[in-house]
Amino acid sequence: MAKNPNRPLSPHLQVYRWSPQMAISIFHRATGFVLATAGMMTLLWWLSAIGGGAESYATFQQYVVSAGADGTALQIASNWFFRLVALAVTFSFFQHLASGLRHLVLDIGAGYELKTNRLWASVAFVAAIFATALVALIVASRFLGVL
Amino acid sequence: MDSRTYIGRVRGLGSAKHGGEHWLKQRLTAIGNILLTTWFVLSLLMIPSFDHAALAQWLAQPLVAVPMILMIANIFAHARLGLQVLIEDYVHDDGLKFAAMTLLNFYVIASAVFGIFVVAKLAFTGAPA
Repeated sequence: MAKNPNRPLSPHLQVYRWSPQMAISIFHRATGFVLATAGMMTLLWWLSAIGGGAESYATFQQYVVSAGADGTALQIASNWFFRLVALAVTFSFFQHLASGLRHLVLDIGAGYELKTNRLWASVAFVAAIFATALVALIVASRFLGVL
Repeated sequence: MDSRTYIGRVRGLGSAKHGGEHWLKQRLTAIGNILLTTWFVLSLLMIPSFDHAALAQWLAQPLVAVPMILMIANIFAHARLGLQVLIEDYVHDDGLKFAAMTLLNFYVIASAVFGIFVVAKLAFTGAPA
């Protein structure tokens, strides 16, 4: 069937006022995508670096964790890139977990009342942000010597 | 060619009996992921040292290698189901959709096999010097 680009489209995201219930749905997708790509690729790199031996793990550390005092510009840039990735993946993990748990509750038919639905959508966001902050604090104090 | 409408073609044939399969698999792998990633996050927090030797020893233990392999398999199964829905929702051209689905399957299967192989090799033969 030929597609006619002039056919009317139903209104999409731009016409709705954002609400927690709506945001959590799109965040579930976006965070799932981040986890499936950046998250899993970094995990596989970490695992294969461990399996590859001390030298291969040192390369992983130089590029992902910390280049050290004599790191190249590329390694230092890569460190900052992976710090952002780590933050995004950590938040994505907790966000996807929290809204996934919410989905499982909705799947048994509970939590559809307007106020309840809105409340738990907001709680999932707050829980994810809180957990991400907690992990960031632990990492900062244990590995980066910030605290 | 069949000139009947889509609804006319399927009416009276009953359901294909696997309409709930994708939905159910997504939930089952989600529950598996909750258990396995909770184990993984708690393990990461409890690892005493992130030196290579310590990590290799940690990962080679049966009680770490087995859940790690399960987690890799389960996460990629869940990711396949989720990314499939993304493609179905956003890629409308049939040819592009077919290409995207093929790439998705290559990506998840190759990644999962790679990860499982890495962990299994370390568990069976130990870390290279």
